[in-house]
Parts: sequence; structure tokens; C-alpha cells
Amino acid sequence: MNHLPYIVASYALFLAIAGGFTAAAWVRLGRARRRLAAIDPRGSR
Amino acid sequence: MDASTAFAPPAGGGRNLHRFANPGRFLRASGRVLPWLAAAGLLLTGIGLLWGLFFAPADWQQGDAVRIMYIHVPAAWLASGGYFALALASLASLVWRHPLADLAAAEIGPVGAAATALCLGTGSLWGKPMWGAWWVWDARLTSVLVLFFLYLGHIALVRAFDDPQRGARAGSILALVGVVNLPIIKFSVDWWNTLHQPATITLTGAPTMYVGMLWPLLFSALGFSFGFAALVVARMRAAVMERRIRALLSARARAEAA
Repeated sequence: MNHLPYIVASYALFLAIAGGFTAAAWVRLGRARRRLAAIDPRGSR
Repeated sequence: MDASTAFAPPAGGGRNLHRFANPGRFLRASGRVLPWLAAAGLLLTGIGLLWGLFFAPADWQQGDAVRIMYIHVPAAWLASGGYFALALASLASLVWRHPLADLAAAEIGPVGAAATALCLGTGSLWGKPMWGAWWVWDARLTSVLVLFFLYLGHIALVRAFDDPQRGARAGSILALVGVVNLPIIKFSVDWWNTLHQPATITLTGAPTMYVGMLWPLLFSALGFSFGFAALVVARMRAAVMERRIRALLSARARAEAA
């Protein structure tokens, strides 16, 4: 496969951005759910 | 105080639109949709990228560098599509004062900016071996860079005010003004003599791409779109919960002070 470093860098960039945003959304959602459940158990449903 | 008062619709028309302004209803509906969006995004993106990386043929001119296209092109479509969604949410926010439209606009911004950064980054990684340069001030590249700055401006503006309503309003105006950049991006390769190639896939004509490359690209584009939607919905769910937490805590503080 020619131009391999450029291809690997492109896929790595995609994985870093998509993975980072997914992890951040997951953590934020979990934290909000836990806080809401602690304050208002009805609200987290 | 009920937390839903933080989402109370304004008096007047648009009752159907405001049905989903109820946070409980939004959380229930989005909670049902989110796993399917995320699964579809993961599956289709996985199929598209693995197909493009290992099974699609190399291009006779570009060689294997064409495999960057399976990320670059969906990211470019999402960068523009995401901004269009941001503008629609901004319009709903300005015209109907829909509270979820404010949240949608605020949460689309960072995801759209990431898609645009991915488009610019992978374009640069493709440009170096193909054009011999990481960057050229070509009309297409420059207009996408302007799109990236519009996203960044929107993100900064909605967070720049103490009053979230004012921030949302200022961000909405910027988003609507920035829509003028979308046709410039689309037609830049036709209006100007650019180094960037013209569109190979259009809504009106047959694609000028080998079908063995087209299918993985479509899978990847569909997967990216579902993934984008899943990220925005997840962030909106978190934002709704955070707003509810703030409303409940301030109501509790007022009750204790009284």
C-alpha cells in the first residue's frame, strides 16, 4: 500500500476525534444522569 | 417549582412544535432513539471504512491515497450538513423561541466543528502526497476554513453571555448569516478555477466514480451521519438534564431562603 503514513494518520485522526467526542458525551451524560437521579429520582427516567 | 417551567413554551402559536419542549418527553423519546442511532452509526461506519481500507480498489491516478476519501468526503458532507442543521435550529430558536432549538444549536456547534476539522485535516493529509502541499489557498479549501471559523465563532458566542438566552440569540444570528457560506462551498469548484476536484457525486447526475468505491463511500457517509446524530442527541440529553439540575437547585435555594 503506497502513501501508508498519510492513510494511517487520516484514520488515526478520525479515531481520535470520533472516540474523543463519544467518550466525552458518554461521561457527560452519565454524570448528568447520576446528579439528576440524586436530586430528583423522577427526572432521570 | 416544577423543573419543566424552565422549558415553558411562550404564549401564542407553535403548540405542536413546543410539544417536545417538555424535557421529560424529550428525554423519553431521545432515550429510545439514541441506542439505535449509535448502533447504526458504529455498524455502518465500520463496514464503510473497513471496506474502503482493505477491499476497495486503489485509484489508477491517486493510488492508495484514495482511501483517505472514505473519511474526508463524509466529513465534508457533515461539515456543511451540520451547519445547515445548526442554521435550522437557530431559525427555530429565533422565530418560535423553541428552548430545545437553543440547546440543539449549542450542541451541534462543537460536533460540526469537529467534522470540519476532520475534513480539513484529512484533506491536508491527502493534499501533501497528491499536490505536494499541505495547504493551498484554493476557493474550496478557504471556504471550508471559513466554515470552521464560523463554527468556532458560534461556539464562543453562545457561551459569551451570562444570560444564556442572549447568547443563544447572538449565536442564532451568526449561524443564519453564515449560511451564505454553504453555497459558496458547494459551487466554489464551479465558480473558480480550483485545484480541488469538482463534485463526483451529485443529486441530479450519475456518479462519475467506480461502483466498487462508491458503495463503501455511501456506507461510510451514512454511518457518519448516524454517528453525528447520535452525538448531538446524547449531548442534548446531557444538556437537558444539566438545565433541569440547575432549575431544581435554584428552586430549592429559593424555597430555603423564603
